[in-house]
Amino acid sequence: MNEFSVLVVDDEDDFRETFVKRLKRRNLDVSGVESGEKALELLDENPFDVVILDVKMPGMDGVDVLREMKKKRPLTEVIMLTGHASVESGIEGMKLGAFDYIMKPADINELMDKMRQAYERKSIHEEKIRQAKMKELTD
Amino acid sequence: MEEKDYNKLRWKIIFTTLCFSLIPLFALGFSIYHQFSVSYTAKIREDLRTLAENRRSAIDLFFSERISQLTTLAYTHSFDQLKEEGYLDKVFNIIQTRSKAFVDLGVIGQDGNHVAYSGPYELKGVNYKKEAWFAAVMSRGVHISDVFMGFRKFPHFVIAVMRREGSQSWILRATIDTYIFDAMVRAAQVGKAGDAFVINRHNMLQTAPRFSDELLGKADCPDFSASFGTSVEEIEWNGEKTLFATTAIADNKWLLVIKEDPREALTPLLRARYMAIWIFIAGASIIVLGTILVARATIARLIQTDREKAVLNASLVQSSKMAALGKLAAGIAHEVNNPLAVIKEKAGWIMDLLEVEDIAKSVNYKEVKAAIRKIDQHVERAKKVTHRLLGFGRRMEPVHETVDINKTLNETIEFFENEAHYRNIDVKTDYLENLPLTTSDSGQLQQVFLNIFDNAIDAIGKNGEIDVKTGLVSNDNEIAITISDSGPGIPGETLDRIFDPFFTTKKVGDATGLGLSISYGIIEKLGGRITVESKEGHGTTFTVYLPTRER
Repeated sequence: MNEFSVLVVDDEDDFRETFVKRLKRRNLDVSGVESGEKALELLDENPFDVVILDVKMPGMDGVDVLREMKKKRPLTEVIMLTGHASVESGIEGMKLGAFDYIMKPADINELMDKMRQAYERKSIHEEKIRQAKMKELTD
Repeated sequence: MEEKDYNKLRWKIIFTTLCFSLIPLFALGFSIYHQFSVSYTAKIREDLRTLAENRRSAIDLFFSERISQLTTLAYTHSFDQLKEEGYLDKVFNIIQTRSKAFVDLGVIGQDGNHVAYSGPYELKGVNYKKEAWFAAVMSRGVHISDVFMGFRKFPHFVIAVMRREGSQSWILRATIDTYIFDAMVRAAQVGKAGDAFVINRHNMLQTAPRFSDELLGKADCPDFSASFGTSVEEIEWNGEKTLFATTAIADNKWLLVIKEDPREALTPLLRARYMAIWIFIAGASIIVLGTILVARATIARLIQTDREKAVLNASLVQSSKMAALGKLAAGIAHEVNNPLAVIKEKAGWIMDLLEVEDIAKSVNYKEVKAAIRKIDQHVERAKKVTHRLLGFGRRMEPVHETVDINKTLNETIEFFENEAHYRNIDVKTDYLENLPLTTSDSGQLQQVFLNIFDNAIDAIGKNGEIDVKTGLVSNDNEIAITISDSGPGIPGETLDRIFDPFFTTKKVGDATGLGLSISYGIIEKLGGRITVESKEGHGTTFTVYLPTRER
């Protein structure tokens, strides 16, 4: 049984593929795409719980993708992966509603922890929304 | 600009200023002096000429008076009257009461016989027919003789006038004592060394010169026998320049010679020359002093502006360098981080795969696992490097962040720990715990500390100690960070310039000489200050003061 669903967005194929494999082994429902555009398409079909998003990508960069994602799926939690220490992009991402940011090369266990926390937060949010809706219905 | 360039420029300024001020001064002084000298010399000569001519007219007047007296006597008395000795004595006495110049009086007939005589000499009866003067007076009517000593060893000369009385001529002859004449000549003896005397046409002295009694000797002067009228000239005489004024007297029979030492005459001129020289020297000294002071001030100002410019340039260079370095670092970090991430994931994947049972039973399972672990470890190590590199790839304007100085120092020390270890340098830290936080820019502070540490390591070379201390000073308003090394210390003249941009004691190419000046600028920008103390042979201590947060 999968814990939760994860979308990995990174232009580095080797990294993404390996990463996806490893996460799958850890019983997550994982998909990987190589660009922000594809990620947004996939997100239309499929409400992922957590997105791992690389900041520096050709085409749409991470921050832009994040903005779009938050419009589409406000509840989906996004963790930014940054290849360089420009803390600014991380901070900017946080302002735009990213759950956290982590620096490459990331330690898988650390990342797993962050994803679990993100999923937990998402679940709490969803639960609150559900209860609010229930209230609406019962009132 | 180098020290020697400044010196060159200083000398250039001094030299040109001196040229422009001293040359006119010298020209002015010299031309005024020269003009003065010319006119003064001319005046001296003119004065001498005037003196000579005055004397001449006085002397000529004396002669003409004597001649007039005799002429009057001759023409107011007849030969027959004056032949009488008694009468002649009477007349002679009358003359003598009026003028002591007459020594004797004699009457001579046209045949040359001395017919009557009144005076101290026994000359009566002498016949003068053969004498030159007799012929001269008979032909010219008047005759003045050269000076002679006579029997009484007294200089005299003779004046004779002839009178024609009807068909016969007779001569009245008087001997003149020369003391009056001498006095007149002596009056022209000017100054301490000036001389005046009369010579005849054979350069024989007719009056005694001032400094020798050689009357009637050869005169101690050039041969003026051919000169007429008045002339003034400077002649080299007895090895000395001497001014001679000559003027013909007594109908060109004699010459009055006035000798003057030009040095004496020109004393005021010499004084003027010395004065001019002194004024020139004084003026020149003032100008030189002023010029040197002005040049110094100018150069000092120039050095200061150059220094300021250099600092500005240096900080511009440095900041653009840092910006470029930052971009480079970010680029490199990103490029390196991605492969690192891949390596890490691959290693992790292998690790994941190793957990599968059949692989776990393989012979080399442990070896592979160990290798993978090493790979992971070294990726971590590389990651540390790239992240640290990125820590420096920051923009240069100071950010205002909360900084924990102790932490910043520790981070900085990490940088060169390996280097220090390799060189056997002990880094000892003594931090004040609970050091207040400060608002500053940790990246830039790190840069400053790193610079100081870098210099400390270079100074020590091998085997030494670096002590890092933090603490609070001045009523806890400032944090003080002291970094001391056990190096050889810095000599005083170097210490003065240690914060100058482009000043370095390291080999060319090893250092830019900007590190400490930039550090200085950074610390200043952050509202702090940086000081250095050093004793040769006892190491060096840098102290950085930073304001605490509560200000």
